[in-house]
Amino acid sequence: MRKDYKLEKRKYVIGGFITLIVIIYLFRLFSLQVGDDKYKESAESNAFIKRVIYPARGLMYDRNGKLVVFNKPAYDVMIIPKDVKDFDTVALCSALEITRDELMEKWEEMKNPRKNPGYSAYTPQKLISHLSQENYGRLQEKLYLFPGFFIQKRTVREYSYHTAGNVLGNIREVSATDIENDRYYRRGDYTGDLGIEKSYENALRGSKGVEILMKDALGRIKGRYEDGIHDVAPKSGHNLTLSLDIELQEYGEKLMHGKIGAIVAIEPSTGEILCLVSSPSYDPSLLVGKERGKNYGLLTQDHYKPLYDRALQGAYPPGSTFKPTQGLIFLQEGIVNLSTMYPCYHGYVNGLRVGCHGHASPISLKPALQTSCNAYFCWGFKNMMDKRGTKTANQFEKWKNYLVEMGYGYRLGVDLPSENRGFLPNAEYYNKRKGGKWSGNSIISVSIGQGEVLATPLQIANLCATIANRGYFYTPHIVKEIADSVIDPKYKEKRKPHIKKQYYEDVAEGMRMAVLGGTCRGANLPGIEVCGKTGTAQNPHGKDHSAFIGFAPYHNPKIAVAVYVENAGFGAAYGVPIGSLIIEKYLNGEISPARKGIEERMLTSNTIISSGVKKH
Amino acid sequence: MESRNIDTGASVFKSLDWVTIILYLLLVTMGAISIYAASYDFDNASLFDLKEFSGKQIMWIGLSLVLGMVILLLDYRLYKIYAYPIYGVVALLLLITIFASQNIKGSHSWLVFGPVSLQPAEFGKFATALALAKLFDSYNFSLNAKISNYFRALIIIFIPIILILLQNETGSALVYISFIFVLYREGMSGLVLFSILCAITFFVVAVKFTEVSIIGLPVGEFSVFVMILLIYSMMLLFYCKDLIIARNVIGGFIISGIVVAILAACGVNVNGLAYFLSILGIAIIYTILAMFHHPISKFLISISFAIVSVLFLFSVNYVFGNVLQPHQQLRIKVALGIEENLMGAGYNVNQSKIAIGSGGLTGKGFLNGTQTKLKYVPEQHTDFIFCTIGEEEGFVGASTVLILYLALILRLIHIAERQRSPFERVYAYCVISILIFHVAINVGMVMGLCPVIGIPLPFFSYGGSSLWGFTILLFILLRLDASRKERRD
Repeated sequence: MRKDYKLEKRKYVIGGFITLIVIIYLFRLFSLQVGDDKYKESAESNAFIKRVIYPARGLMYDRNGKLVVFNKPAYDVMIIPKDVKDFDTVALCSALEITRDELMEKWEEMKNPRKNPGYSAYTPQKLISHLSQENYGRLQEKLYLFPGFFIQKRTVREYSYHTAGNVLGNIREVSATDIENDRYYRRGDYTGDLGIEKSYENALRGSKGVEILMKDALGRIKGRYEDGIHDVAPKSGHNLTLSLDIELQEYGEKLMHGKIGAIVAIEPSTGEILCLVSSPSYDPSLLVGKERGKNYGLLTQDHYKPLYDRALQGAYPPGSTFKPTQGLIFLQEGIVNLSTMYPCYHGYVNGLRVGCHGHASPISLKPALQTSCNAYFCWGFKNMMDKRGTKTANQFEKWKNYLVEMGYGYRLGVDLPSENRGFLPNAEYYNKRKGGKWSGNSIISVSIGQGEVLATPLQIANLCATIANRGYFYTPHIVKEIADSVIDPKYKEKRKPHIKKQYYEDVAEGMRMAVLGGTCRGANLPGIEVCGKTGTAQNPHGKDHSAFIGFAPYHNPKIAVAVYVENAGFGAAYGVPIGSLIIEKYLNGEISPARKGIEERMLTSNTIISSGVKKH
Repeated sequence: MESRNIDTGASVFKSLDWVTIILYLLLVTMGAISIYAASYDFDNASLFDLKEFSGKQIMWIGLSLVLGMVILLLDYRLYKIYAYPIYGVVALLLLITIFASQNIKGSHSWLVFGPVSLQPAEFGKFATALALAKLFDSYNFSLNAKISNYFRALIIIFIPIILILLQNETGSALVYISFIFVLYREGMSGLVLFSILCAITFFVVAVKFTEVSIIGLPVGEFSVFVMILLIYSMMLLFYCKDLIIARNVIGGFIISGIVVAILAACGVNVNGLAYFLSILGIAIIYTILAMFHHPISKFLISISFAIVSVLFLFSVNYVFGNVLQPHQQLRIKVALGIEENLMGAGYNVNQSKIAIGSGGLTGKGFLNGTQTKLKYVPEQHTDFIFCTIGEEEGFVGASTVLILYLALILRLIHIAERQRSPFERVYAYCVISILIFHVAINVGMVMGLCPVIGIPLPFFSYGGSSLWGFTILLFILLRLDASRKERRD
């Protein structure tokens, strides 16, 4: 028997240690339970029902004050799981016109923490959304049979025009990710999806209010707590005034019917987008309420991708609509002046050949713009790249930087989601691709908007607006005003490429000549001085894309438009008539009788079938 | 011979420690009632779900009692004879579990046999306790005799720790750290115990509170420095027992502290790190100069404690901030319950504080708790069961439970010390250590005082494996204790 009495004393240390801990814990317990009322209050709040009052989402008006997007009531079945007692599922199912299996499924979904991270048995949870008016009425009558159930009034969107789905966007129920990312949301809330609804979500949604109701032990509502003095009123979302002219938008969508492509029209003096058509378009009211899921699926699967906003996301070779930028750069860089002439032997012939069409030769800048001479711009580009005493790579970077200033190659910063930045190569890109061996000649096609250069219709329209302004632009934007708030100040800032105003004047004159006696004759409107430039862009998918940029009036322009129709042939075939109709409609409000034939042809023609292109 | 025959019969019950039995029965009963309360309302609120936790728990309590009875009826010598084989079998089971178990929330600690699932980690505790007791019971074994004895003890403790860590059950593995109390009781220097407690505290405090800063130091680091100054003062005062040196050092700390506090309050930019290092340096130099009139060793220990503490703090910060990758930092923080993990440990703690706090002095009454319901605080019926008591029975009920645990542990210490051979004593201290760890950590985490380490409250929390594990642990001790008088050691 060994017994060490010195060590035995250590029992007091161990015993003392646990006694000390228990004493500390007892103090902590006392301070939590008796010393502090804070926790009691938190708990007591469970005897009240906090019912959320949803704010009205902000409305949208077009630039002429026409109401475009507004709200209509919808009804959700909510429950507080803790208060739910045994109930007659058959009666509930028949009132809601669903099967028992569907009910169980909804129930499981509600309780699934992955689908509904905010689940708690103590707070209102959404069980079923979007009741029809009759089901709502039927359930409301029998609601007393289902303790713990109540009906939450919500609002969903309604549209006055069946147009501009891509611009307006729509609303959807928040996902689990939304709830995790933003604590404002609870399951069953709505959030903007696509378009303005998404980019202006924070302005449109307003803030939720709370109504505090008392309930008794059976969960029955016993009126408002202290007559509602603790209630928080909901704040409606801000109303938006769009820069969009909704009727012009509607007209544009009609003109693009049966065609694939985009129309972007901008008010040059402000950068406000007048219409932003992406074709094929869709009716925004398809994505409302119960049918949303089904219709969304159909739109996603659609062969021609209506949800893809070609005006912002489509990156196309700009083709000859790119030529004005070249003229501007050559003038600014002193490569050419107005009397510089380049030869055109039905094209640019210099070791390789870029074809052109019949016109006088040699030719100077303004007639080159008028006739869209490829050779002129190829020569100019070659001379700039191969300028004596400079390195091609440096010259090319200079060239690229001018284009970046004009809005190419990067996102312009429009206030809509998912804008594409297009593509501009830089010197490094060619060093990699061509192993350092490249010259003006070997990349000559970028000078006529072919080759590697890609731009969105929005960027192309922005160029047109810059020329209309003779040398500056405002970042294009779709929201003109936010009620009781201000729009982002960046939309009020002038952006100015480093190119003299005079050169823009020259290019504008060249574009005026194109309308009076060149490639854009079809845009020569009686009484309106239109300036324009066609584009016929070769592409790997098939028939050429038909493009047009134009602004009017020549002096003090009110509208700048870009039209891009995929696989529709010459710029003059679809781009010019559609662009000129948009200009005429916007400036005159109607189409002159002489041009009704053109309008009719555009409204009814179908380039999707005739293009023979199957893949999109 | 006669006594040995009777031993397995009725005499066990005569010499059985009935105080412990009563405490045990009180705790399991209160546990079952709490589980019933915790899951009561939920059953009504839930439409299609018919799990009854309290019913199952009552079944498990019944089986535990049968198990306890079997343990009492077996010959006490079996436990000593088969200590190592039992340890070996359980270790093997833990090893198998790593590979054979299903992944439940990232943990590989459950073996599933049809409807029954077992968590072998819960049975590792009594097996390790037996093996450790057996080691100390070897002929002429003394922990301090040679350093290899420490190694042997640590190997027995660390095998299950590693196996359980491999199952991704950090909480259960940390429980084995509590065996440090056993080593302490059996002769390990008190300074080691003290240093380990300090190291753990410093580590958790320094790593946990990094957000706000006081005089240029994160709160955690600031607190650790204050603790170091405090401990250094206390060591001079109580350990070295030199009143004059202690008075001067403490006075210096207090005065300089007040000066710094005033300067900081006036908006002067005080460099906290420089302040602490210089004041501690001055104190140490002063101690060295003054200590030559006294026996030196205790002063040297105090000084090295202070220096090692500061170095430890720096190395924790360095290793944590510079060596570990962010995801490794996060894993440690989540494992220690410092970071609010994705499953919402922070949410649990807040809810459980609300639940306990709303209980008031006398509670809301049985089944009247509104907060402590299943799904409201997840793990309500298992790791967070203590807040059901807190809410429904109030301060009175919750403190009663705490005092019952204290009484049980103190009673077990009493039992441990009345044993005549090391085997029983060491085994008893193993049980005591495990209970201290579980109660301190579990109740501490429910009240928001400790990191959230998912370990159950002994005898209380829902779950068969945990209840059986603790029952086996306790009843083997009772069986050993019941035969203490018959032994001829």
